Order: sequence, then structure tokens, then C-alpha cells
Amino acid sequence: MLLQELLRDYLPIAILLFVATGMAFAMVALGHLFGPRRDGKAKLMPYESGMTPIGSAVRRMPVRYYLIAVLFVLFDIEVIFLLPWAVVLRKLGLFGLIEMLVFVTILLVGYIYVWKKGALEWE
Amino acid sequence: MTISNLNLVGTLPLLFLSAWACGLLLVDLWIPGDRKHMTGWMALSGFAITFFWVSSNLGQREEAFGGMLAIDGFSNLLHLVFLGSGILATLLALNYLKQHDIERGEFYPLMLFSVVGMMIMSMAKDLIVVFLALEMLSIPLYVLVGFARTRADSEESALKYFLLGAFSSAFQVYGIALIYGATQATGFAAIGDAVAISGASPLLLAGIGLMLVGLAFKVSAVPLHMWTPDVYQGAPSVVTGFMSVGAKAAGFAAIVRIFFSAFHSLAADWAPVIVLFAVLSTVIGNVAAISQTSIKRMLAFSSIAHAGYVFVAIVPGGYGALSDFAASAVIFYLAAYGLTNIGAWSVVIAVDHADGMGSDISNYAGLARRSPGLAAAMTLFMLSLTGLPPTMGFVAKFYVFRAALAAGYTWLVVVGVVTVLISAYYYLRVIVVMWMNSGDGQVVTPRALNFTVGVTAAATLVLGLLPGPLMAIVESSVRGLF
Repeated sequence: MLLQELLRDYLPIAILLFVATGMAFAMVALGHLFGPRRDGKAKLMPYESGMTPIGSAVRRMPVRYYLIAVLFVLFDIEVIFLLPWAVVLRKLGLFGLIEMLVFVTILLVGYIYVWKKGALEWE
Repeated sequence: MTISNLNLVGTLPLLFLSAWACGLLLVDLWIPGDRKHMTGWMALSGFAITFFWVSSNLGQREEAFGGMLAIDGFSNLLHLVFLGSGILATLLALNYLKQHDIERGEFYPLMLFSVVGMMIMSMAKDLIVVFLALEMLSIPLYVLVGFARTRADSEESALKYFLLGAFSSAFQVYGIALIYGATQATGFAAIGDAVAISGASPLLLAGIGLMLVGLAFKVSAVPLHMWTPDVYQGAPSVVTGFMSVGAKAAGFAAIVRIFFSAFHSLAADWAPVIVLFAVLSTVIGNVAAISQTSIKRMLAFSSIAHAGYVFVAIVPGGYGALSDFAASAVIFYLAAYGLTNIGAWSVVIAVDHADGMGSDISNYAGLARRSPGLAAAMTLFMLSLTGLPPTMGFVAKFYVFRAALAAGYTWLVVVGVVTVLISAYYYLRVIVVMWMNSGDGQVVTPRALNFTVGVTAAATLVLGLLPGPLMAIVESSVRGLF
């Protein structure tokens, strides 16, 4: 009984999965069957936006990027929470507004900390 | 949820400490680098205000945030343990950080945030809140463990603690998800109702098991204890003293609340697992401690063993009328362990700093002749950790074993007593080395450290001789909760 319901609920997803996988395989297979074959050295190179690739992909990066990335993730999450809140703002009323103010204030503390510590400056 | 069922008034001490931590993080930005001890004193006053605030209102019984938090005697007494260990560790940190040249203002706000997490953990009545609190107390601890980042072993221990901690958190979340799948609830009361009707299903038991893995990691129970010796040795000693008490007590608070209220009717299923944790932790912790030459590693293995004794007290929790008794035994044991352990770590800090000394047990040779006060206090702490009278540790062990006996676990008590005898060997060895061997090296202790050692030693002794009043307070505030 429960299993049947489960199967019915997930049937569209299963169909989508099969269609998507099948289409991907079909495209590769069709291209392989009917497409013209002109092999060359350029075709075997890794694709790097049309440029000739330089050096190895594993190389040293400035650690600053790491800090920027972490800060971006932190404040990006804030927006993720803000969006659904904005959608139902009227329904939540004053309570929701105060809740979000508390949340943003806590993030603001972190923002001021990061700013004053100089983590936002590039040099 | 509306403002009326938030009960902000009841959670004021908690909100105050959170706001104090945020404020301190900002204030610290404008405090010059050579005066960071001011941040420490401000953190100390925040802890102290909250401590007296909570202790003035121990007996309250309320709910907050729509039944997600409980404010009762159980959480309030544990708050005192967390805040007390915060106060003592901050006092030690004031000199420790300067001596080790790692004095940075962030240390104190991180400590405050961690204590806030522990406080929420002991109040949690919902699995989501348990998880949030667990992260809130762990993440600052990961940073604090690696605070001495100029030392490679501090960094190493921080990385180990972080990776294993994150892994155990994943177990916990998966467990929560499975429990939710089996009961359609995350609140303890609702889970308890659902479990009482449906009984144990494989899905539910798997969820409980996974969640227990996450919590047992935090309290460092065998077989999830591997990180403990390395982390306790590598972390700055003030942090070790703090986390060995605070994080452990918080983990046990969550275990008690979850298993005594949500899974009360499944006691026959989870009691054997808890018994296994208890036996493994006490036996392996104590036996492994014997062969340690570093006092830090010895105390780490001893903390694993003490987690085992607390599990002995949790076992009777599933036996209806005994659960209040078990909860009081857990609180009393954690308080005794907290006082004694922080005291012992402050002595370790004092001896670690002295010229020509270190953290080997052989460094304690002849300490009694050079600093009789410190040696006398250490003797008291070692006796208390063993569980010998006239110390608080004896009363705590007595209490724990009495709870297990009442539930009919005589063989578990026998295992407990045998492991206590094993532990006597390595605890008493420190006393023998201090009083009977001779050595040199001068120990100079700062005033804050003397104060910490004095307070913890006095409390260990006084509460060992006159445990009655504290026991009465613990029992009356826990009565009828579980």
C-alpha cells in the first residue's frame, strides 16, 4: 500500500531520469554514427575557452582568494534566507520583520568585524 | 510562532550572554593589542553576571520558543557548570595567552559563543535545536583548539578535531533525519508520543544509533575516543581544561534529555548500548592511562574513563521512577568532574611553564618541597579523580553506583569499582612522585592561577565533606522532570 503510493509519487522522477540518461547516450551515439570524423591535434587538447592551454591545472593560488570565497559564501547565505522571507513578509507581519532584523544584526556584527580586521582589502 | 509563546523573559540570561558575546567581538576591535586582557576581564564579567543570574532562579520550570527550549532545574544547574568552567578557564587564560605569546582578543568571544552553545544544548527539547547547539558549541572549539597556531601540534590537533567532529555531526544529522522519517516529529514530546504508539521500528533504531554516535563522539566515549589524547595534548591547556568539562557536560545533557524523555519507552533497546559504552570507556580509558608518561595524555585517557562513569549513571534512566535519580547523579558527577578537572589542568599549566619543567609526570618530582600548596591541591584533585574520600569525586562515584545498583545492574557496579582500582594506580603515582621523589625547578604561579587552584581545591574538599546541601538542591530541582 505504502510502497504503491511511493512508486506513484516518484514515477515522474524515474521517467525523467531515464529520458535524460537515454538522451545523453543517444546524442553521443548518433554523433558517433553519422558525424564526419576529422581528427587532429587541436581536437585532443583540453578546452580552455578557445585559447591554447598554458601550464598545469594544479598550481599555486594566492591565499586571498580563499578568504574572499569564504566571506562570499557567508554573506551569500544571508541572501538565500532573505529571499523566501521577502516572499511571505506580509503573512509573517511584525514578528517576521523583527526576526529578520535580529538575524541581519548578527550578520552585521560579523561584517563590521571582517571590515575592521581588513579582510575586505586586497592589498 | 508568535511573540507571546517565545517567552523571551525566561531566556533572558541566555540572550544576555549571546548579546554580550557579539558586543565583545566588536568592542575588542578597538582595544589595542597590548591590552587584550581587558577583553578577558569583560568576558569574565559577562560570565559572572550570567552565573549569578541563573543561580538566583534555579527552580523555574518554563518553556520557551514554542516548546523548543526547556528552562528547568536540569538546564539551570548545567548552565552553572558551563558558566563556572568558562569563568575558571578565562581566569587561567588571562596569563596563559600572554606567556605563550598567543594573546588575541578573539579568544574570549569564542569562549562565550561556545558556552552559549552548551547552554542551548542543555535546554534543547527538539532535535533541530540539539543539532544547532552542537554546531554552535563545536565550531568555536575547533578554532580555540588551534589557537596556538605557531605550534604545529596545536594546528594538527585542531585539524583532527575539526575533521572528525564534522564527520560525527554528519552522523548526527543523518540520525535526526531517520528519526524524523520514522516518527514525523522533531520535538521530544511528540517523538515520545509517536514512539509509545508505534514501538521500535528498524528505521527508528538506526536513527537513534546514528544520533548516539554523534553525541558519544562529543563526550569522547570508547570506541569514538581516538581523537581525545591527541587533541587534549596539542590544544592550549586552558582550552583543554575548558572543553574537557564543557563539551562533555553538554553532550551528556543532550543524551539525558533525548533518551529520558523522547525514547523513554524504548529503554530495553538502548540500555544495552549505553552499558556497552560504559564498560568499554571505563576499562579502556583507565587501562590506557596507566602507560602514559605525559600528564596531559594521562588526563585525556582519564577523561575518557570518566565519560564511562557518567554512562553508568545514565543506564538506570530508562527505569521509570529512577530517571530523576539518574539525572541528579549525572549532574552531580559532571559538577564534581568539572571542578576537579579544571583544578588539575591549572596545576598542569603552572608546572608546564616553570623553568626546566614540562608536562611529563617525572617533572612533578619533588613538587611538594618546592610548592607545597600546589602539590597539596594536586593531591586533592588526584584523590577526587580516583574517587577516594574526603573529596567530591568520592561522593559523585558513590551517587552514580547507587543509581546503577537501584536499577539492578550489580555487575556493572562491580566493573566500575574494579576500574576505579585500576585508575588508583596512575592517579596515586602522581602523588607518590610529587611527595617522595626529589627534583628541582622553581614554579612561579600568577595570582589568577593561584585563585583558580584555591577555589577548585576548596570546593572539591568542602563538597566532599558536606555534599548534603548540594545534593538536596540537585534532587529538588530535577524532581519530576523526566
